[in-house]
Amino acid sequence: MRKKYRHYICRLVQVGAAVLILLGFILLSLHRIGYEMNFTTLWQFRHRLWQGFVMTLVIAVASLCLSVLIGAIAAFAQKAKVAVVSDLARIYVQVIRGTPLLVQIYFFFYIIATSWGIDNRYLAGILILSLFEGAYIAEIIRGGLESIDSQQFEIAKAIGLTSAQTTRLVTFPLLMARILPALAGQFASIIKDSSLLSVIAVIEITQTTQEISAQNFAFFENYFFLGLQYFVLTFTVSLITRRLERKYKHADHT
Amino acid sequence: MRITLKQISKSFGERTVLSDVSLDEEITSLAVIGPSGAGKSTLLRIIGGLLVPSAGELLIDGKKINFTEKELLAYRRTIGFVFQSKGLFEHLTALENITLPLIHALGMAEADAARVASRLLTRFGLEAEGHKYPFQLSGGQQQRIQICRAVAGNPRLLLLDEPTSALDPELTAEVLDMLGELQKTGLNTIIVTHEMGFAKKACEKVIIVSGGTIVESGKSSELFAAPKTEQLQAFLDKVLEWHV
Repeated sequence: MRKKYRHYICRLVQVGAAVLILLGFILLSLHRIGYEMNFTTLWQFRHRLWQGFVMTLVIAVASLCLSVLIGAIAAFAQKAKVAVVSDLARIYVQVIRGTPLLVQIYFFFYIIATSWGIDNRYLAGILILSLFEGAYIAEIIRGGLESIDSQQFEIAKAIGLTSAQTTRLVTFPLLMARILPALAGQFASIIKDSSLLSVIAVIEITQTTQEISAQNFAFFENYFFLGLQYFVLTFTVSLITRRLERKYKHADHT
Repeated sequence: MRITLKQISKSFGERTVLSDVSLDEEITSLAVIGPSGAGKSTLLRIIGGLLVPSAGELLIDGKKINFTEKELLAYRRTIGFVFQSKGLFEHLTALENITLPLIHALGMAEADAARVASRLLTRFGLEAEGHKYPFQLSGGQQQRIQICRAVAGNPRLLLLDEPTSALDPELTAEVLDMLGELQKTGLNTIIVTHEMGFAKKACEKVIIVSGGTIVESGKSSELFAAPKTEQLQAFLDKVLEWHV
């Protein structure tokens, strides 16, 4: 027990040293250009910053859930026997992955959303982001499914599992172990990509920071703080997925 | 147990693997031998309800098995199947691999399933491996745990598809010893094997599959001593060429 404790202290010192080196580098860079950071100017905007942060969080969580759903549907649709369905899914994945998110945001918001009467820009933003990330998640899921040895399914058949049991007891845990690391990266992308929704005036944290910058002109402080907020979110995702990875780690040793 | 095959055929697209296979035998232990690619595994998968034949009938103790998904599901639950290799779920421990079918396919309570599984592991000297994952087990241990899983639910028939062909000689002996012990308890078995010694000594009957059909069948004591067909003679000459 004491040994374990000492081990933690040791790790903490190591990580602390690494952070200090990086921080030192940044401070040195700032010193060389003669700039002094002053974060006090942000304090008066704390309510707006908090609202923006919460909005980013809401968009990210909603897009995360929706994009996994869209990705799963697209992954399975690509294997569908009806040609129209599988072609649609393949074209969707190719086109979305092959064009910039910024173009998609403009196109979907000003043409598709307008023509179908989706005038809530937050809802539109979540839909666009989910469609975008869903294409990447579809590929992650498809790759994961293909990497499972087909004999695993034959075993399930031989012992007499129904197809629903096979999905729950075999496919899902095997798939999770294979795709969690890639999925974690994608979740971090969702959080960061949500910043682009600022172009359709979704008041999330990036848009808020831009507005504040127009008032206080403290660009360095504002954007440094913006980066920090995104990092807090992505780092949390990475901690959660690392826990999940441990849970499923035995399912992948190929 | 009486196994009856009536003109079973199986094709995969253009390729015919089995043609007009018929058999009507009272079986306690049957070895299926023959050259590679002859259709032995396909035949075993049809008997196990894992593959639906293109044509023909399968009867167990005179009762016809309909190849509908619902009936096959129930049928598979009464049969144990052992694969050539990698026959365990990768994400479950040895113990969980044995209990999963008991709980989810046979509806046994978790505590009972765990008791059955650990009793089997102890009986076959595998109690130390219960909490290991497949990747932590040797090939021979994996095969023995597969056999434990296959027999845990008291199947009426145990099917084994070349259970030792991916193993070293010592591990092969380990697996065959276990099988011999199970056969002595009266478990009906059909084994596809290249182990002629095991087919001859431990199996009561033998069928020889070659070119997608059964070319010869009979009591192993008689058949190996006096092959009736050229195919069997040629096959035995080949497999026993380097026999000591």
